[in-house]
Amino acid sequence: MRIPCPYCGARDAHEFAYLGDATLTRPDPAAADAADRFHDYVYLRDNPAGRHQEWWYHANGCRQWLRLTRDTRTHAIEAAEPARRDATQADMPGAAS
Amino acid sequence: MRYSFLSLLANGLTGQKGWTPAWRDAAPKPAYDVIIVGGGGHGLATAYYLAKVHGITNVAVIEKSYIGSGNAGRNTTIIRSNYLLPGNEPFYEWSMKLWEGLEQELNYNAMVSQRGILNLFHSDAQRDAYARRGNAMRLAGVDSELLDRRRVRAMYPFLDFDNARFPIQGGLLQRRAGTARHDAVVWGYARGADTRGVDIVQNCEVTGFLREGDAIVGVETTRGTIRAGKVALAVAGNSSRVAALAGLRLPIESHVLQAFVSEGLKPVIDGVITFGAGHFYISQSDKGGLVFGGDIDGYNSYAQRGNLPVVEDVAEGGMALMPRIGRLRLLRMWGGIMDMSMDGSPIIDRTPLPGLYLNAGWCYGGFKATPASGWCFAHLIATGAPHETAGAFRLDRFRTGHLIDEKGVGAQPNLH
Repeated sequence: MRIPCPYCGARDAHEFAYLGDATLTRPDPAAADAADRFHDYVYLRDNPAGRHQEWWYHANGCRQWLRLTRDTRTHAIEAAEPARRDATQADMPGAAS
Repeated sequence: MRYSFLSLLANGLTGQKGWTPAWRDAAPKPAYDVIIVGGGGHGLATAYYLAKVHGITNVAVIEKSYIGSGNAGRNTTIIRSNYLLPGNEPFYEWSMKLWEGLEQELNYNAMVSQRGILNLFHSDAQRDAYARRGNAMRLAGVDSELLDRRRVRAMYPFLDFDNARFPIQGGLLQRRAGTARHDAVVWGYARGADTRGVDIVQNCEVTGFLREGDAIVGVETTRGTIRAGKVALAVAGNSSRVAALAGLRLPIESHVLQAFVSEGLKPVIDGVITFGAGHFYISQSDKGGLVFGGDIDGYNSYAQRGNLPVVEDVAEGGMALMPRIGRLRLLRMWGGIMDMSMDGSPIIDRTPLPGLYLNAGWCYGGFKATPASGWCFAHLIATGAPHETAGAFRLDRFRTGHLIDEKGVGAQPNLH
């Protein structure tokens, strides 16, 4: 599996470290039901067979965090975007318009 | 028919014409007392013990493909009970005890071979950790021996003891551990369950659940609707997908684990050896191939095939451990999909939906657990209460904080 890093180009997957599901949102710790929400956030996953949004870190490369869209049935990568978008990344794939 | 020396002899003299199929390929009936989803080792063992121990025989095991086509046929066949934590060790030891009597129990040759497992250590700190694990095992009544370098060398003189980075300092040995023939375990349980009246329904994929209010009262399948008093899931690898059909989200990610087998050799390794400085485990099958594996690939996958970085990592582990395998050719490699749970330990529990039971989250340690998993899941389904050795495997332990984290890496499934 080669990951098309928006900074470095296509690089072998073993340069990257995996964190997991990128669709989770950290809950508000001040919310009344924070304990329940944190349980869901920390432990529960959709774990889809198919399109999956996920965080990868280019540890042995540019050391940037990426958001990949990948099919978990085929490992085909549909998109690789910078995890954090700002004005300097305007010309990169997937950057905010 | 009962297998024996006499039946072998009689069929040998009559041209092998007297053998009958070991189980029926059943068509689904409209309703059962219990439906078990998943015809792997765990599902079939559950059906067997439901019928044998609890007398519940109106049971169907439904399988989307053929029985044993998933992880039951994709593992490295190691059986052991060398765990540290109190929630795990009694369960895996119960499994080891069931393995020891399995072939007599099933009247089926599962090729259980107690050839011993040796976990090598390479540093003082690792020796201390292994001594602690060995002592925990002995406190739970399980055999373990801490070997120094000299005794390991007497067992396996060909290991790379003076490796510059990872010199072998000793090992933790469990002599009662070993290997078993994975397919025969599936077939043996299938035959035993079938003989007691269980229907084994193949090529029957669950597409949805029948509900009455909150309760689950049956399944929709590719071969029609089947009603059931209780529905039990044993579909590790696909637990999240099947549970999602019932609206449940699980503390599980699916990851791919690769395994390898070499060309056949004359006997070179008579036990199971694990490398402590990386993740590499190896044994030799009775056919002569070296069977080995390492870490999961580390990213969500349902692909049943992995990538090359892990192949390289496994090969490096093997070479660091025993350089003599360097010129060996690989015969086959394959991948299986693991239910990686959030603490590295399994779940055998009821679900929030009445009538739905869950057996999941086996990470890459499900094969050794097959007999006890079936025993304890059957106990839960039949009596409504968890078996005494499986009481810690609760689905709600992530909410209550009673995690069973052998490796201590937290809620990061790709690191377990």
